[in-house]
Parts: sequence; C-alpha cells; structure tokens
Amino acid sequence: MTKLLIGNLNEVDIKGSRKLRVGDTEIALFRLSSGEVLAVENRCPHKGGLLSEGMVCGSKVHCPLHDWRIELHTGEVQAPDTGHVTTYEVEVDHATGSLYLTI
Amino acid sequence: MTVKRKKLILVGNGMAGVRAIEHLLKLAPEAYEITIFGTEPYPNYNRIMLSSVLAGGASLDEIVINDLEWYRSFNITLYTGHTVTSINTAARTVNTDKGVTAAYDELILATGSNPFMLPIPGTEKEGVIAFRDIKDTQIMQDVSQKYNKAIVIGGGLLGLEAARGLLHLGMDVSVVHIHEYIMERQLDETASRMLRGELEAQGMKFLLKKQSEAILGKKRVKGLLFADGEMAEADLIVMAVGIKPNVELARSSGIEVNRGIVVNDYMETSLPGIYAVGECAEHRGIAYGLVAPLYEQGAVLAKRLAGAPTEGYAGSVTSTKLKVSGVDVFSAGQYIEQPGTKALRFQDETEGIYKKLVIQDDKLIGAVLFGDTNDGAQLFSMIKKGENIKGREKELLLGLPADALASPKGNRLEGMPDDEIICGCNGVTKGTIAEAITAGGCTSVGQIKACTKASASCGGCKPLVEGLLQLYAGEAAVTVKEGICGCTTLGRDEIVAEIKRMKLTTVKEVMHVLSWSNEEGCPKCRPSLNYYLGMLWPEEYVDENESRYTNERYHANIQKDGTYSVVPRIYGGVTSPAELIKIAEVAVKYDVPLVKFTGGQRLDLLGVKKEDLPKMWEELDMPSGHAYGKTLRTVKTCVGSTFCRFGTQDALGMGIRLEKAFERLNAPGKVKLAVSGCPRNCAEATIKDFGVVAIDGGWELHVGGNGGVHVRATDLLCVVKTDDEVLEWASAFLQYYREQAGWNERTAQWIERVGLDSIKQALESPEERAALVERIQKTLSLTTDPWKQIVNTPELRKNFEAISLPETV
Ligand SMILES: Cc1cc2nc3c(=O)[nH]c(=O)nc-3n(C[C@H](O)[C@H](O)[C@H](O)COP(=O)(O)OP(=O)(O)OC[C@H]3O[C@@H](n4cnc5c(N)ncnc54)[C@H](O)[C@@H]3O)c2cc1C
Ligand code: SF4
Ligand code: FES
Repeated sequence: MTKLLIGNLNEVDIKGSRKLRVGDTEIALFRLSSGEVLAVENRCPHKGGLLSEGMVCGSKVHCPLHDWRIELHTGEVQAPDTGHVTTYEVEVDHATGSLYLTI
Repeated sequence: MTVKRKKLILVGNGMAGVRAIEHLLKLAPEAYEITIFGTEPYPNYNRIMLSSVLAGGASLDEIVINDLEWYRSFNITLYTGHTVTSINTAARTVNTDKGVTAAYDELILATGSNPFMLPIPGTEKEGVIAFRDIKDTQIMQDVSQKYNKAIVIGGGLLGLEAARGLLHLGMDVSVVHIHEYIMERQLDETASRMLRGELEAQGMKFLLKKQSEAILGKKRVKGLLFADGEMAEADLIVMAVGIKPNVELARSSGIEVNRGIVVNDYMETSLPGIYAVGECAEHRGIAYGLVAPLYEQGAVLAKRLAGAPTEGYAGSVTSTKLKVSGVDVFSAGQYIEQPGTKALRFQDETEGIYKKLVIQDDKLIGAVLFGDTNDGAQLFSMIKKGENIKGREKELLLGLPADALASPKGNRLEGMPDDEIICGCNGVTKGTIAEAITAGGCTSVGQIKACTKASASCGGCKPLVEGLLQLYAGEAAVTVKEGICGCTTLGRDEIVAEIKRMKLTTVKEVMHVLSWSNEEGCPKCRPSLNYYLGMLWPEEYVDENESRYTNERYHANIQKDGTYSVVPRIYGGVTSPAELIKIAEVAVKYDVPLVKFTGGQRLDLLGVKKEDLPKMWEELDMPSGHAYGKTLRTVKTCVGSTFCRFGTQDALGMGIRLEKAFERLNAPGKVKLAVSGCPRNCAEATIKDFGVVAIDGGWELHVGGNGGVHVRATDLLCVVKTDDEVLEWASAFLQYYREQAGWNERTAQWIERVGLDSIKQALESPEERAALVERIQKTLSLTTDPWKQIVNTPELRKNFEAISLPETV
C-alpha cells in the first residue's frame, strides 16, 4: 500500500474527471458535485471503455462507449449489466486542497 | 384447281394492323394475297418501346417486331414510305402518294393516330416535336448532343416517359402540365403526388397549372411563353398532350367517322369490305390509345377475315403502367371513387407505397398502385372478370393471406422461437424478454428496457417489445407515460414550455423545479436540457460542458480504443495545397496511424491520443470541423459550374457560403448540407438535412433527407431564384428545426412526425422567415471556435492531459 500525493483539488472540475497512470494501472479520478473525490480503475469491464471520458451523474459514471453505469463508491456495475471495477481510496486535505491516493 | 386468293390491303404498317395480319396468317395462311402500305420507312416495330430506346434500355434494332424477311416469307408486298392518299370505294382500289395503285377485296384501315399539337403560335419551329415515332426519338437523341434544355408539354404517361428519356440523355428537363397534378387521367391525387416526388428526386422538374401560350424563337425554338406571362427557356419542346385518331383518309373516302372511324363489334366500318382497327377506330364510342385493346380488336378481325366463328369485340378495360425506371405505377379500371363505390387505401410514405382499390357491389372495379405494383396483374384480371371479392378486400389490398390478417399481432410473436433475437443492438432474445415479464415481473417497456436492455439502443425493436409485453403480461401491462428519459414523465414540449414560463436558466434548476426523479439526471436528459436552454436563452445561458457527450466535451470523436480523431473544417470540401501540407505535417509529427477522407469530404486524422489533441489543433491552426457534435457537420458540394460541363450554378461558392454561415450551430441533431450544381445531383443533396440543387436560374431547396440508419430522401421545400434566398430559407428552416424538434431528433424524423406541410406553412410568410433568420443570426453571432478556445484556455486544456506522475509521500 502506498499513498501518493497526486495533485490539487482544483485540477479536477466538478462533475469532471482526470486520469493518471501509476505503474501499469490507469486510474480515473472524479469529483462529484457533492464534493467527494473518487478514484476507480480507468477501464470499463464491458469492452474496456475509458471511464474518465464518461458523463458523471450523481455518484455514477456512464461509460462513453456503450453506456454501462458504474457506481463510483463501490465500483459495482449497475443492472441490467454486471461487473466490477477496482476502486481506490482518495483523501482530500481541505486546508490545502491536496489529493492523496492510496494504491 | 387453285382457289384464287382474295386481295387484302392493310393501310398502316403499325402495331394493330400487323398484329391482325399475324393472327390471320395463323388462322388462314393461304386465304389472302396481302399488301401493306406504311408511311414510315421501317418495317413494323414496337412503338411502346420507343420510351425504352430513349431511356437507354433498348436499341432501335431491338424494337423491330417483324423484319423485312418476315414480310417476304409470307409473300406480303410491303410498301414502306408510301402514304395512301385515297380510296376508290367503287373500283376497290387505293392510291399512294408515290403513284402506286392497288386493288383490294378487303381493306383494313389501321392508320393509328396523330399526336395532338397545341394550337399555339410557333409549333412549326425547329426543335418542336411530338413523341410518336422513330423519327421523333432520333431527333431527341440528336438534340441532346448539342443542347441542354428540354421542355415536355404534357404530364401524362407519354410526356413523363419522354421526359425520363431526355433526362437519361443528359438534358435538363421540365414538364409543363396544365393540371394541378400529373397523370390525372390514370392516377388519383395521392399517387400522383408520390409519383411527382419520385420523379423530382430523379431530377425532373415540374411546372404545374401552366397554360402554354406561344413558342418563342426565330427559326429554332428558344423558349415557351405561358398564359400567366412567365417564360421558360428551351432548346427542345416535346408535345405530348394527347393523340387524335388519324381519320382523314377514311373521312375523304366517305366512311362514317366520328372521333375515330366508326366500327361495329366485328371491326366493320360503314362500307362493305372495309375494316378499321387500332387507334384510328372508334368502337362503342371509345377510341383506345393503348395496345391491349388493339390486340383484342385485331384478334376479332382476323377471325372474321378467316371466316372463323367469333364473338364480337365487346370493348376493353384498360390498365396503365408507367415505364419509367425506378418508379412503379399501375392503374386500372375505374380508379377514382364515385357515388356508389367504396375505396380501400393503404398508404405508407416511409416506404413510398400507396395502394387503392375501388369496389362497387362487392366487385373490384379499379385500382391504383404506387411503389409496389406486384399485384397489378392479378388485380387487373379480377377487374376484368368482375369477380365477387366480398370478404377478401383487405387481403387484396395488403397482398397478404386472409388468416395472417385475421390473427392479432401477438400471434406472430407467439409462434416465434425463444432464441430469436428481438433487440439486435443488444442481442436480447425473445426468451429473455419473456422471462423478464413472467418471472422478473416487468410490466412496462421501460422496465423491460432497464432489466434486459432490449430497445435501449436504437429503439427499433420497441414495437416488438410492446407486443411481447401484451402477450405475456396482458392486462397487467401498464403503459407508463414516457418523458424524454427515465428521470421525468414530462415530454419535450412540456419541458420547453415550463422553461419558458418560469424562465428556468440552468440544468440543475430545471431538474429541481420539475421534480426530476434522478437528482443529477442522466446522459439523455442532461444534454437535451443543455440544448433547450441554450436554444431558448442564447445570450444568457452558459453552456454546461459537463452535460455534453464525451465527443462534444472533448471536441473530438472518441474511438473504441479510447483514442480520438481530428477533423479540421474544410469549407465546402475545398482545400489548398498549403492546407494539405499543414495537415500532412501535423499528421506525421503526431504519428497519426490513419488518415481518411470522411463521408463529407474532409480529412479525418484517426487514432490521436487525447493529450495530443490541443497541440495538434494549435499547429493545424484551422477551425474545428465539428465532426463530433449535434451541429452543422459538412456542406458537401460537387464542382458545379466552376468546372463541370453540366453545372448550371456555382455549387462550390454556395456550399462554402452556407458552411461559413452555419458553422458551429448547435442543433437538436447533427445537420448535414449539400449543394449540387445541377439536377444530376452529384453531391447527393437529396439525402441531406438541407439539400440545395441548382437548376437553371435558381435553386431547389430540399429538406429532411437522411443517409443514415433509416434512409430518407428529402422533400422539396421550395424553389428560389437567388443565392440570398437560399441563405434566407436555409436559416429559417434550420432555426425552425432548432426551435421545434426534440433533442436528438434529426430533421428526417422530425418532418415525418410533424409533416412537411406544417413546416411549409410556418416558413411561408416573409415576416416569419425574417424573424427566424434574425434569431438564428443572434445565436450564431455568439459562437466561438471550440478548438481555439481550448488551446488558449489552460483551465480547459488541463482536462486533456493526464495528471503528472505523482510523488510518493
Ligand atoms: C412512345 C410511346 C409509348 C407508348 N407506350 C405504350 C404503353 O406502354 N402501353 C400501351 O399499351 N401503349 C403504348 N403506346 C401506344 C401504342 O403504341 C399505340 O396504342 C399503338 O402503337 C397503336 O397502334 P396502331 O396500329 O393503331 O397505330 P400505329 O402503331 O401508330 O400505327 C399506325 C401506322 O400507320 C401509318 N399510317 C397512318 N396513315 C397512313 C396512310 N394513310 N398510309 C400509310 N400508312 C399510314 C403510320 O405512319 C403508322 O406507322 C405508346 C405510344 C408511344 C408513341
Ligand atoms: S451535380 Fe454538379 S458535378 Fe454533377 S453534373 Fe451537375 S454540376 Fe456537374
Ligand atoms: S465498454 Fe463500457 S459500456 Fe461498453
């Protein structure tokens, strides 16, 4: 387990996303309108669509390729589709806005 | 002892007369010594096929029915190029213009008919012809080599076939017709209107409700003047306004003549030993102008001459088929409803099919078929037989067996195997859906969609899904009022009305005030609300980037591997060597794996890494081609008059002008335009949202075409004269579409939903058009190029880059 400083809160737009690469893994970072920042593996379990490119609605992201829905808190694919994406823990230091990712 | 053969003379070496002779030769080959006189310098040929010769389907040689060898083999004396000028009925001889005199025992008149020439000044001018014989056909072929503009007067069968042929020969053809609709003698208004649409799509133009007044030009025809003072240019005028039986010879010989040569049921005229068949004859008050009746007459006459017993000729029911490529039209019998008749109609304008049956006393008395004429022959034979069709009417109309119709829609679904795919996009089988209903408890299409994905993509299978719901859920099935998406029960119009009424200004506000069930909406409603708000409040509303689809958010098309494509704008498809070099250099520098021309005449640089997008845009320094958005995509053009030998207008210039005018426009769906320089329509403008086709001295404006999943040809909106008017109408049309259509609804679907007429009406008044133009201009004046904006704004540009490598804490 490593904790990485990955940047500042203001680098991610609200309802927007960024991606980053850690070793071999590409990770998508989302900032919800609730203020939460969530991270998941940037790969849709369906056909590998980049989740960072999808539209964020509430706490779910819609894959840009075929509209699978993934709950960002749990990584669970929403019915009627099934599957799971790895999630990662993100901490926000509200004083500085620094973002920490645990991997 | 050989019986002396009787002398038989036939005047008129055409279709009816020679047919009677052929028949006679079969029945009594030895009975007569036959002589035939014909004005035309050819053996007997198939006049019907002249249309095909013109349209390129046959050569002149191919249409000869009986060649000279045939005449010889039956010892027939043939005088071609001889016109019989008089008959001496007392001496029983005929005389020709070339001085030949021949004696007869029996005489057949089959002089056909003459084309009717309008009694207007100028018909004698060079370049004014009828469409009747080989000579006319040859003139048309010759003229088309040297000249461009043809007018056909007469929108009947013959006129349309002539026009189609001239079109094939590369001429610019207008059909002038006195009635409001074409082929009014064979078709009802609906079929006629559909026919016209088809022919217009082939490039034919129509000048309807036009009365020709004079033919202009000195020696050669130059144009046609109408009674309303308007004029049309022409290098060739073909008159196809009707025919009149050719009866002069008969009249001057003292034979009874009415409209045609009067004959009884055995084709006998008022004088003994003289018969008449074909178009020159009038039987029970009717002079026929089609081949089938003439053949029936010929058969009766042949039997009579052969001394074989025969029932008399009792008249014919006629049917009509238009021999024009790509258009199937059939009509027969009494095709217009009258008191005492009932009509059954089937009309499917999406497929271009129209059928009508006219029924009287349970008998089929007439039919009109358009688009699908397969049943024509069968229907025609029923009309002729006068069969009782009670109980089978619908079956005949739809061409289906009765039991298929009797059973409700469910039955087909019931019989369908469980593993048959209902939703092709998502591979959902009938079994899966059935289970979702019976075991999963789904009671609405929406639930089935959520549960199985059936009908979740293109929606084409929705009717089947509904059918299955009825089948398996029966009473329990609920039809939930569906809004624009699952987050609301409100439809597009209600939402737009509420936004206006309450002056809602953000997506969030709309969802909140209108009680969305999903707090943050979904990828369906968010982009649509974003669109409606931007359309309604172009000045105040701030576009919500995060409510746009991926492609529009990143201003590039996402590909299946997560890479993007770059399509710079190339106005009207016209580029320059310098621009090409620039594009090539950028492509090389960024290692673009694939460079392709798009369907809309531009260059697509595919397989670009997202990080590279802003850099590439910067280096290209060209505007975005918006190849990704619900916006103006391309304006496809042909070379037009700039280079093309057919072009009548500057298609390039018009295309560029339109593309510059509407560049960056947000619309409910993507919008594609095209401009063709002449009716040959090389830019395929008639499958675009807005298609412009040049005609001489003006432009045709076509709307609502689509070349995508559901191919749809455009409808003609109107014809305008000037370039500015093209801009005006295009602006008005596009703005009206922006204001009225649902989000994600292409013009083709929209027009099918609301009807072309409602759009025509809305754009009819110049004031309304001006208001629409003003609104679209306001909107357009507020747009900026997205690529430039991103390139110059770090805050936007950051989203294209990955977060730089983190450091370990
Ligand atoms: C372009 C075209 C397309 C057509 N398409 C169809 C179709 O699809 N279906 C259909 O049923 N019908 C069609 N018709 C009509 C059909 O061709 C005529 O109904 C048919 O040819 C008439 O036959 P007829 O023998 O009475 O006359 P014609 O075939 O016209 O024969 C009459 C002949 O008599 C000659 N003649 C006239 N007077 C004299 C004289 N005094 N001495 C010597 N010779 C003389 C003429 O030169 C002519 O050759 C079409 C006609 C045209 C022109
Ligand atoms: S449509 Fe354009 S390219 Fe085609 S023939 Fe006409 S002017 Fe020429
Ligand atoms: S790859 Fe994500 S939905 Fe298909």
